[in-house]
Formats: sequence, structure tokens, C-alpha cells
Amino acid sequence: MAQSLESIPNNVDLSSDRRLQRALEQWQPNFLAWWNQVGPEGFQAHQVYLRTAISVEAGGWAHFDFVRMPDYRWGIFLEPKDGERKIGFGDVMGEPAWEEVPGEHRNSLRRIIVTQADTEPASVEQQRLLGKTCPSMYDLRNLFQVNVEEGRHLWAMVYLLHRHFGRDGREEADELLNRRSGSPDKPRILNCFNEPIDEWLSFFFFAMFTDRDGKYQLSALAQSGFDPLARTTRFMLTEEAHHLFVGEMGVDRVVQRCAELMAQGKDPRKEGAVPLELLQKYCNFWFTLSLDLFGGEISSNAADFFAAGLKGRFREETLDEHKALGETYKLEVPQDGKIVEQEVPLRNAMNEVLRDEYVKDCQRAVDRWNKTLEKAGVTGMKLRLPNRRFHRAVGPCAGFKFNPDGQLISEQEWAANESRWLPTAEDREYVKSLMHPVIATGQMANWIAPPGKGINAMPVNFEYVKPPIV
Amino acid sequence: MDTPAAPPARVDFEAHPSTYKHWTLTVDGEIARLVMKVQPFGGANTELELKSNSYDLSVDIELADAVQRLRFEHPAVRAVVITSGHEKVFCAGANIYMLAASTHPFKVNFCKYTNETRLGMEEASAESGLRFLCAANGATAGGGYELALACDEIVLVDDGSSTVSLPEVPLLGVLPGTGGLTRVVDKRMVRRDLADAFSTLAEGVKGKRAVEWGLVDAVVPRSKFADTIALRAKALAAKSPRTASGPGMVFKPLQPRVNGDSGVEYKFISLKVDAKTRVAELTVRGPDEDPPGDAAEAGAQSADSWGVRCARELDDALLRLRFHYENVGLVLVRTEGDRKKAHAAGEFIASAARKTWLGREVQLLWARVLRRFDITARSFFAVVDDKSCFAGPLFELLLACDRSYVLDQAGVAVFPGSLSGGALPGWNGLTRLQTRFLKDPARADQILAAAKEGPLDGAAADKLGLATVFADDIDFEEELRVAVEERVSLSPDALTGMEQNYRFTGPETLATKIFGRLSAWQNWIFIRPNATGETGALTLYGKPERPKFDFRRT
Repeated sequence: MAQSLESIPNNVDLSSDRRLQRALEQWQPNFLAWWNQVGPEGFQAHQVYLRTAISVEAGGWAHFDFVRMPDYRWGIFLEPKDGERKIGFGDVMGEPAWEEVPGEHRNSLRRIIVTQADTEPASVEQQRLLGKTCPSMYDLRNLFQVNVEEGRHLWAMVYLLHRHFGRDGREEADELLNRRSGSPDKPRILNCFNEPIDEWLSFFFFAMFTDRDGKYQLSALAQSGFDPLARTTRFMLTEEAHHLFVGEMGVDRVVQRCAELMAQGKDPRKEGAVPLELLQKYCNFWFTLSLDLFGGEISSNAADFFAAGLKGRFREETLDEHKALGETYKLEVPQDGKIVEQEVPLRNAMNEVLRDEYVKDCQRAVDRWNKTLEKAGVTGMKLRLPNRRFHRAVGPCAGFKFNPDGQLISEQEWAANESRWLPTAEDREYVKSLMHPVIATGQMANWIAPPGKGINAMPVNFEYVKPPIV
Repeated sequence: MDTPAAPPARVDFEAHPSTYKHWTLTVDGEIARLVMKVQPFGGANTELELKSNSYDLSVDIELADAVQRLRFEHPAVRAVVITSGHEKVFCAGANIYMLAASTHPFKVNFCKYTNETRLGMEEASAESGLRFLCAANGATAGGGYELALACDEIVLVDDGSSTVSLPEVPLLGVLPGTGGLTRVVDKRMVRRDLADAFSTLAEGVKGKRAVEWGLVDAVVPRSKFADTIALRAKALAAKSPRTASGPGMVFKPLQPRVNGDSGVEYKFISLKVDAKTRVAELTVRGPDEDPPGDAAEAGAQSADSWGVRCARELDDALLRLRFHYENVGLVLVRTEGDRKKAHAAGEFIASAARKTWLGREVQLLWARVLRRFDITARSFFAVVDDKSCFAGPLFELLLACDRSYVLDQAGVAVFPGSLSGGALPGWNGLTRLQTRFLKDPARADQILAAAKEGPLDGAAADKLGLATVFADDIDFEEELRVAVEERVSLSPDALTGMEQNYRFTGPETLATKIFGRLSAWQNWIFIRPNATGETGALTLYGKPERPKFDFRRT
């Protein structure tokens, strides 16, 4: 059942843009077919209490109502124009932001947009089976909220492709629906998005760490000299915040449950909860996998994108200097069996600069989890982020072995300790064994604490997901 | 950013599969697999990381070695699959940082060598029936795509992201230097407007469109990739006309004695360099023995025989001359030995080539080595005197030189043989005699007919147009000295350009277009400020600043 174009919420003047209409008329049915095929399995007919963005006015981005997911009104919103914006960094700093794609940067921009866009449907595919093992109706609703909003982010990116990139853009938009997470033939572009997320602990860590990479990528793109991209990503960031909340608080609640049991002198594992050392392993795994998404520590692409005004830094406007020329960045890299400092031009280190902000943000979340431990009465044990050299597959540390403290170690030492640092097959099996659906209103699975409050001021025991109306 | 230094001065051009760093060669019946997995810090310059199967000279030396060995050592092989050991990258082409940090002469010679290797693959297919299938299992960029283009068929993985591309123009401000532009339109006959669009699209073309445009022969999903490649390799092998069988010929290392700056000594060749005068003497010694009586016993033609070893030594000497002795401007080409034995060796090579596959490979080897000679950017003067044996394949050396100085003295002679009648074509597809006498095609036959009666003495050679200068013992040394001194005083660039214009007269081929058009433009672009000036695109690639062009068109 295709949504008519008139009902697509937007602030891009869709009703008078024939090029966009033509593109969407073709793409929209394919999107719905994709959603029905690989979207959340088993719940497409359920009524879900979802937030929908219907306008960019205050409050308009958060309209709550019950809706069947395939009927969700995926909209196209750009943050409203803020006068005559000027590009805020790079060689083109001070020039007016571009309303149309400069030919010179067409390929780079398309690649940036396609890479970002590809992660959106990918995560929906990765998470499609999670509904069947939800720890509560509250969490089930949050999962679906994340899923439909990833769908909307796909729309947002497809809008840019359709509106600004001509025939190539339309083809890329089609390809976004043709690739499949984990498919051997048409995998998603980034490896991290080809791993299935088949249990909820991974989902929470994914939303915490991997979605947070998305936040920083979007923040960097929100600075872009290509104004439609900047405005689109700014609007996406408002929604992304909820995904990060789902992840950070999801993990926090698992920590809390574990801490409660520990404080009672019980062994979380015996009680069917997630023990702290296992949480640490998951943290190690997802944090480092997500670090790789920022790209290599030394990157000519990153330098080009910054120089050309395509991709800036996190909150570029708060920095004093925006050319980043002549400055250097000190990196620690392995060389001849030890860690040495290497100075690289700042522009070539832009991936690392963004990663710095990300790591700080992650540390803040870990501090919150540790506070939860402390509050519950667990002392002397803390979760922590591993050193960013640990378990990397991208950058100068890839191919070397480091312990979580960031010390270079031998293959033997790695082999002897890997199972202490990263989830083993048994660990994953154990976590899966905990996954039983808890769907009754207000009930929680045994391995997770209830949330502090419900959604949109509704109680936790609200019926967020209603069965299909027959 | 610290720029890695140019590769060490003296690269060794010999390789062996047992010590390959970047390739694995496996043979299974009539199919061979050449798997590229470039060792990141295993290049000629170990400070430089060769990421994503990007290559330097050391990678190409191994490839050239593998192709050569497949021809000589593996008679059963009829098809070769070239693929990558990486999951998502087939090959990213020549390493850009290596190029950016290299001297101009090195860059030019690197490109020349890689071009010779690619042309060698095509020649192996055309002449020996060794078919190449490129299994492009991931991103195939720049020189990676040019390697694919040198194959008979290209199959690209269809995974929604892997492309073939020539990003040199949009990304680096230079040309794809390994025949890419030439092969796209001349070999694959891609429409010129599509070729234009393709070559300015940094990210390249993938999937269905790559097939539609004719850039690849097929795209295949990853799950069916291995099976499809196996089937196609089989089909290619089945269609191959290769008739080789039995034991092949195993090359042993040449192990020349390198005398530092003063040259290299081989069993049959001396390269003596005078660094001060910038003149080298390349002396080729003829065979000591007569070849076996019966050419059908070509098995007796061992890898150590003069007919094989001398060609390989000459090949190696030319490469060392190019890479290790940049300052040499002029090479005096001399031969020494028994003229009749050299002639007999040539007749044996020609006869064996008609009778056995191995004999034919030896003849083809000579043809390649002589073509390497043809595009070596040095002035070559042949010196024909009383010690000379310009006979058999060595007669072609005389023709390959830019000039010949013939001593007018009794007993001095040259001796063309059967090999000069078409067995050793130059890059233009003609024999060197045909090239030399473009205006008078009958002259080539006349010379060959005259040589049927025996060696041509100096006067006859002069009369037939084989001597540039024919002088008696009173004048000879002085003529030569003055010519040498004059030559080395001229602009080396102008000489290179001039010689290249005169060496390939007559028709155009893929190779002459590559060396005479693509390489010439490339070498010009390389030294233009827009590429290698302070703000040039190649200089600034990977650096924080963006290039600034001088937009005036020529």
C-alpha cells in the first residue's frame, strides 16, 4: 500500500518539485517493498506508539501516535535556512555555502552521502529479528522507533541523492535498497553493518557505540559547505539523540540489574543476568569495532574533504581556527616493536580529531554506568573503555596486537588472553540463552532493570505495542 | 609529512616464485593462478607502505618473472587467472606516494617497465596462446584496471560497490601511464565519449554499466564468482591454441657481477660504464660453440646455451642500464666472436622455432629483448670492426642502433640470417629491415638474399645501407670519437624524443601508441607544474593542501 506523495511530510516543497516527484514515485514503492521484506519481522501489522516528524516547527518533529510501521509517514526535513550561511572551514572558508552541488565535488559528496546512507537501511536489516526476543514492550517500542527513524534517515539521504545528483543519484538510491546486510553478493558498504545483531545486549551496545559514530559523522557533515547536506544532517541529529539514549540507557539498565544482584551477594550469571566481565567484553568489542568506522588515523580523503569544505570538525564553530593548515597532530603509532609519536598534518588527522570527540563522549557514558554500579553498592569494580589501539582493523594499529591498556603484546600473549578481553562463542551463546520475549505490559526480562520513566510522559507499563486489529 | 626516499639505487631484476613477496603462482593442470597480495612493507622501499595491493617496481618484477616462467617452465598451462588475495580490493594500481617521491627518470622507467610487462602478457596470449583472465574480485583502480586491461578477459565482482576506474586525471592530475587510455579505446573499443566520462570519474564504474560500456566482460555476484572464474578459465584454456608439452625450460639465476658504478659483467655480456664521459660500452660476445646439428633436438637447447642465456643477459643488462646508470647518454654497442657461429646460432633459433614450442619461445624471447632495446632511452651506436660478429640475432642489434660505424678493413663483415626476415618484429609490427628501408621495401629482401651467399663485407653493407659511416682505419677512430663527443654534448631530453620518433617509423600499433603517444604525454604531464610543481596535484596528493592549477590550455 503505497503512501501517496501528497502525504509525505516535508519542508522541501515536494508538491512543486517535479524532478523530486518523479524520482520518489519510483523509489517509494521499492522502499516499502524493502521495508516489508527485511524490516522488523513479525510486527508489521502491530500498532506501535511512535514518534513521527511532521514539521520542523517546535514540537513538530515529535508527534506521537499509534501507527502500523508500514504506514509510518517517512518525511523529508531540512533544518530551516538560517540566513545566508557561509562555509566555516577549509580552503573555501568564508565563501557562501553551496545550494547546489559544485561539479568539482560531486563525486566526493555523492560518496560521502552514499556511505552514510548505506548504514541506515543496514541497521534495520541487522535488527530485523530482535522483536522476537524483546526484554519488554517498552524496549520493543524503542527498537521500532529506532528502526523507523533509520528508515527516515535513509529517506533524508535519498532526498539529497534524488534532488542533487541526477541520474547517478537515482541509481545510487536504488542501490541502497538492493544491498543487504550480511549478503555475500551485495553486502552493505561498511563491514560493521554486515554483522547480524541477533540479541539485545549487542543491540544496546550497537546503539550506544556504533550509532554514536553516526552522530559524530553527522555532526561533521552538519558543517558541510553543501548546505542541503548540512541542514539535513542537523535535523537527523535530533532523532539520532534518541537512538543513543536507547543504547546508553539500555546498557545502563543491564548494568543496574547486574549491580543489584552483586550487591545482594548473588552471582549474576547464576541468576540469569549479565555478569560484569561479560559487559566489559561486549564493551571492548563494540567500542573498538565502532572506532574503526571513523577511518584511518592518517587519511588523505579526510584532508581533502576538510580542505574542500565538505566535512568539518565536531562543533567547528566553537574552535578558534578553521583552516587547520600548518598545524600538526601527534599520533602514537607502533613502529619497530614500540609505540612512537608521529606528527602528521592536522588535516590528514581529521578522522582522529573526530575520534577524539567520540572517545570523550563514550567515556562520559561509561562514567554513568560506573555511577550506576556505585549507587547500587558495587565498589572496587568498574567498567572501562579499552585503549583505542586495542582490537583495531583499520589504521596503523591494525595487524598488531595490543592489550586493553594499549600496550603492544605478542601473538602468544594475545592468544592467551583474547577470551578474557573479547566475547567468546560461549559468551554469545550465554547471552542468547537469556533472550526470551517478555511482551506483557510493564514486565521486564530478568536480565535488565526497568527504565526510570516511560516514553512521552507515558508510564512504563503503558501498552506501547498493540496487537494487529483483526 | 615525511616523504619516503626513492627506492634504493640498485634493484635486482631477477626473481623466483619461491621468494616472491607479493604474488603466489600455482599451477593446476592447464590453469595457473597468479594471486596478488602485496606485502605492505615488502616493496623496494621498506619504509613505504604498499596499501590495498598498490604496487611498486618490486611487485612488477615478480609479475614479469611469473609470466616468463609460465611460458618456459609450464608448457601445460593454457590459461592464467590473475586475481587478488585481498577480499575487497583487486589492485589499487601503482603506489602514488612511491611515484610522488620518485625522480623523473625513475618514474619514466618504472612506467616503461610496467608497460613492457603488460605488453608481454598480451604477446604471450597472441604468440604462445597463454590466455589471461582477470578475476577482479574487488576495487580495480588505476594501474589495477590497466593490469586487467592487459588480460584477454575481465570479470568484475558485482557486489554493489567494487568498480573499475582510471582515477588518474581527476585525482592526480596525470594520466594512467600503463596503457589504460590506449587499451580502453583501441583494444576494448569503448566508445570515445564513454571513455571520456569513465576516465574523469574518480570512483569508476561498476556492475551492469561496466559491462554495457565495454569496460569489463562480465560482472558476477560474489557467491558465484569463484565458480564463474573456474568455468571461464576452463573455456579460455579450451580455446587456447597452445601446443606446448613435455618438460619446459627452467631458468637459473644469471648472477651477474656488478662492479658498482663502472658496470656489470655477465657470461656473454659486458656493460662498461665511464661515469665521467657518460659513455657506456655494451659488448655482446658470440657463442663459442656451434649449435646442435639437428634443430629438432631443441631439447638439447638448454637454458645455459648461448641462444637462451645471451638473450636473458641482454635483457637484464638493458634494465640495469636504464635504472642504475641514469647518466649514461650514449652506448657503443659492440659484438665480439666468431661471426659464423653467431650466424649458425641464429639459424638454429629460427629453425627450432619452426619445429618446437620451446624453440619458438626462445625466438620470442629474443624478439622481446630486442624490443626492450628499441625503447631504451639512450643513444646507441653500433661499432662494427674486425672483432665483431653482428650475425644471427646480433645482426638485429645493429639494426636497432641509432647509427652504425663500420670499419673499412678486410675481414670486417655483417651476416644477416633467417631471423631478420620476420621472426623478430619491432613494436610497429615490421621487421627492423623493413623499418629501416621504409621507402624501398625490396631492399630488405635484397639484403637477406645477398646474405644467403655468405657474410656481407663492409663495402657491401655500406652499399646496401647498413652503415651510417664507413671509414678506413685512418679515419675510423677519429670519426667515432668526434661522433661520441658530439652526441653526449646534446640535450638528453631532445635526444630521447628524437630517437623515439625515428625508431618506430611506419604503421602504428597498440604498443607504438602507448610508447609514442601515451607515455610521451604522460612524461610531459609528469614534469608540468600542474602535476609535480609545488601546488601540483601529484605533489599534493595525500597532503593537507589542495592543488592549484595553471588553467591555461596549450
